[in-house]
Amino acid sequence: MGGDGGFRRELRDYVVGLVLALGLSGAAFALVAWAPWSARTTLGVVAALAVLQLVAHFRCFLHIDLKQSHRDDLQLILFTAAIIGLMVAGSLWIILNQNRRMM
Amino acid sequence: MSAGSASERRRHPGLNLHESDAHPSDGEVVFGFWVFMMSDAVLFALLFAVYASLGANTAGGPGPRDVFELDPAAMETLLLLSSFTFGIASLAMKYRRGMALLQGMLATTLLLGLGFLGLEVHDFVGMEDTGALPQVSAFLSAFYVLVPTHFLHVSLGCVWIVVMMVQLRMSGLDRITRTRLLRLGLFWHFLDIVWVMIFSFVFLRGLL
Amino acid sequence: MRIEALAGPWLGRLSLSALPTDSPVAMGAALVAVFGALGVAGYITGKGKWRYLWREWFTSVDHKRIGIMYVVLALVMLARAVIEALVMRLQQADAVNRSGFISAEHFGQLFSTHGSIMIFFMAMPFLTGVINYVMPLQIGARDVSFPVLNSISLMLTAAGAALVMISLVLAPFSTGGWSGYAPFTELRFSPGVGVDYWIWAVTLSSIGSTLTGINFAVTIYKKRAPGMHLFRMPLFCWTALCTSILMIFAMPALTVATALLALDRYLGMHFFTSGGGGNMMVYANLFWLFGHPEVYIVVLPSFGVFSELFSTFSAKKLYGYTSLVLATMTIAVLSFTVWLHHFFTMGQSAHINAAFGIATMLIGIPTGVKVYDWILTMFRGRVRFTTPLLWGLAFLVTFVIGGLSGILLAIPPVDFLVHNTTFLVAHFHNMLIPGTLFGMIAAYQFWFPKAFGFRLEERWGRVAFGCWVIGFYLAFMPLYVLGLEGMPRRSAEVFDEAFRPWLLVAAGGAVLIVLGMAALALQLAMSIRHRDRNRVRAGDPWDGRSLEWSTSSPPPEYNFAKLPEVQGRDAFWTMKRSGRAYPPLERYAPIMLPENSAIGPLLGALGLATAFGLVWRIGWMAGLGTAGALVAVIGWSFVRRPGRTVDERQVERTETRWHAVLVAAVPVSREHECDPRNRGLADVAA
Repeated sequence: MGGDGGFRRELRDYVVGLVLALGLSGAAFALVAWAPWSARTTLGVVAALAVLQLVAHFRCFLHIDLKQSHRDDLQLILFTAAIIGLMVAGSLWIILNQNRRMM
Repeated sequence: MSAGSASERRRHPGLNLHESDAHPSDGEVVFGFWVFMMSDAVLFALLFAVYASLGANTAGGPGPRDVFELDPAAMETLLLLSSFTFGIASLAMKYRRGMALLQGMLATTLLLGLGFLGLEVHDFVGMEDTGALPQVSAFLSAFYVLVPTHFLHVSLGCVWIVVMMVQLRMSGLDRITRTRLLRLGLFWHFLDIVWVMIFSFVFLRGLL
Repeated sequence: MRIEALAGPWLGRLSLSALPTDSPVAMGAALVAVFGALGVAGYITGKGKWRYLWREWFTSVDHKRIGIMYVVLALVMLARAVIEALVMRLQQADAVNRSGFISAEHFGQLFSTHGSIMIFFMAMPFLTGVINYVMPLQIGARDVSFPVLNSISLMLTAAGAALVMISLVLAPFSTGGWSGYAPFTELRFSPGVGVDYWIWAVTLSSIGSTLTGINFAVTIYKKRAPGMHLFRMPLFCWTALCTSILMIFAMPALTVATALLALDRYLGMHFFTSGGGGNMMVYANLFWLFGHPEVYIVVLPSFGVFSELFSTFSAKKLYGYTSLVLATMTIAVLSFTVWLHHFFTMGQSAHINAAFGIATMLIGIPTGVKVYDWILTMFRGRVRFTTPLLWGLAFLVTFVIGGLSGILLAIPPVDFLVHNTTFLVAHFHNMLIPGTLFGMIAAYQFWFPKAFGFRLEERWGRVAFGCWVIGFYLAFMPLYVLGLEGMPRRSAEVFDEAFRPWLLVAAGGAVLIVLGMAALALQLAMSIRHRDRNRVRAGDPWDGRSLEWSTSSPPPEYNFAKLPEVQGRDAFWTMKRSGRAYPPLERYAPIMLPENSAIGPLLGALGLATAFGLVWRIGWMAGLGTAGALVAVIGWSFVRRPGRTVDERQVERTETRWHAVLVAAVPVSREHECDPRNRGLADVAA
């Protein structure tokens, strides 16, 4: 059996994940609640925090990291990210442009 | 670290069973579920794109600032941190820390999930009382599809947890229940990530 | 009507007025559907085959049987959609400056069902069936990764097809075309149930296709035989992989588009409506986010089929294997970057049109690479002009013509001129008929002997080929001319005398295509009758190159008694050349196979009930269907199925029988592969 070492190390991962999740979400909510900066800046920071939290969840809860032996499986996630990026960015480019031209 | 190197050997991305419990074909099942989740992720991404495309079209009805509130969204975020309790359940399974811990953690996760669902229903009802119905405007239609789709996923996740708790009682931990719990874990963590996107890009953005 | 009043609360909007009694043509079609179904059911009952069908086919989770059922479904739907095409061509030829023999409303239903069937219930099931049959054999696997899921996918697709067939009788179907553009398909402009039929039929099929894509991708990633590295796979498997990836990532866009349209229609939301802040362009955008990858979903498998054909019938290894693989992957990725070219005219800025136009033209590059690779595969080969290869040659020429018209359409200013004309109709038929249908028919001719143990008759195959190819050119080349002359697509009547001659030629072409269908049916009937003459039980009638030919025809249910060890590309070809093709009998191990399962047909039936209930607003039926499906899935998860073991004695019996066939067969040289001497054992020295 892997023994206590594995258990403790993985438990640490989850605790780190929990702390990161609380901290990052808390920061985002706090920024919006207290609004110290302009809306534009805050939105940028909130988006950055969301991406950071996404990475944190993938790393600490889903245990995805970059130094795996099974790189072809990791590619699935990266490929999905690329496709989502293409679809969402392309759609917004098109639709927002059309919206502007209809003004 | 000899103990470490044994569990470093992974058969598939993300969560893994303990080396001694793993079966060669588990990778197939778990990888299949990953692929499904990625397909589901595209579905959510498109709903976000629709929301972003139509979000400004309030058609004279209430806008985001009129209907969103910060506190409930923050509460729901806390409840969905049940990712952590599910993580402990996964560890209890992987390192055989007893059925009581496993079932207890699953039950805790379930309660947190149900609490989340209850709060959301409360929010929806509150919104509808103020006249913010999905039929009012494109903005509200988009909102009422994106967030309830996540709601539906969490509901199915809750049903799945109940089913697994029953199956664990019936047949204990064997190959089938183990890989199912593994997939349920992936699903639960995935829903948590979707929620992060929802509170950031729907609620927080709307309240700016 | 009293019956309607009674039916009201229980049957939603459904009443006797749904029968298409107002149009003789539509009534005729409904009667054909009803009597056709009754006839088939009666025949099966007469032969007492229901139990056999249920046990051996409907509940089967064997990838080979599921593949065959998919192809049967596709052929049935192909027959209907081809006949609809003929009716439309006849109508247009007839309705110049006068009303034709069918109404505009009916014409609208015809082009909607024709398009929806051809894409969702012909092309998709056909390619899914062929991949299902061939791919696991080619990679040396015993089945797909998730056999039960495979059965569920099939049954959901069949349920969608059944819904479209039901709409013939309980009419009408949508008049919104296969793309169902809003706001026309919104409740305000299409208040009937037609669009709902379209939405739920397409939704059932898209769920099935998503699951299929996942299944195939995982199978190819995880179930390859020892030594079968990705870059040793036959090209067909590569195209199957890329198609599956496209299904996984493109289908959600369709699901979202149809689901939001349904919410608009059922709950009064405002996604694509003209008022309430809705935006119909969001629909077009979502639909083509799916729709363009879909084009490559249906084309790529044919590319794979042709790669196998050119190499097998030229007795040469595929030229430029790596470049073909890379071209396939490039096409798959690029297909996600061009969707806007389907709506250049929708009003976005010119620079966006330019970007997507350039991306569209880029796809021509990998496709061109493929064409040259195929030509060079045949170059200096000993090419045998069998029926499957003929389809391949017709494809090469025709597809390039279609591709060139595509390059024209990729230029936004040109697209503005021919937008919504029959030029576009000519273009996409010019891509999809050679690029999908010819490929699938060729696959059917090529692998039929593998699936059933006897070859198809060459003569009728050649007649069918001639009718199809000449019919295609006659039917679609005139549409290019008509489009340039400004004839709008989807016109029930036309008002320019100058169109008439071209429309008559096109109608003639459609008649020839229907004759081609008849010739295919005749070929099948004649081949079944003369099957003893054409038996190829030994399994290798074409001197094949990949592993599926190393098994008996038809293959045993477990595919391989021992999983093959693969040394390189063209695995079976090299085995034959080094004398290792048919290993001697030995002691076999028992083989585990999944058990048959009724969950697939059950979920298909519940899906159909849900969809039918939703179409006609029959609440209890939709509710029971959905709840039933949920309960069925949960209940099924409690059933523990250990699987079924084929014991070693049974394996040994099967293998011994096949070896006897092999010993009795005389190796046949390639010149004689199309005559009765061919028993499925290739003469390797020749």
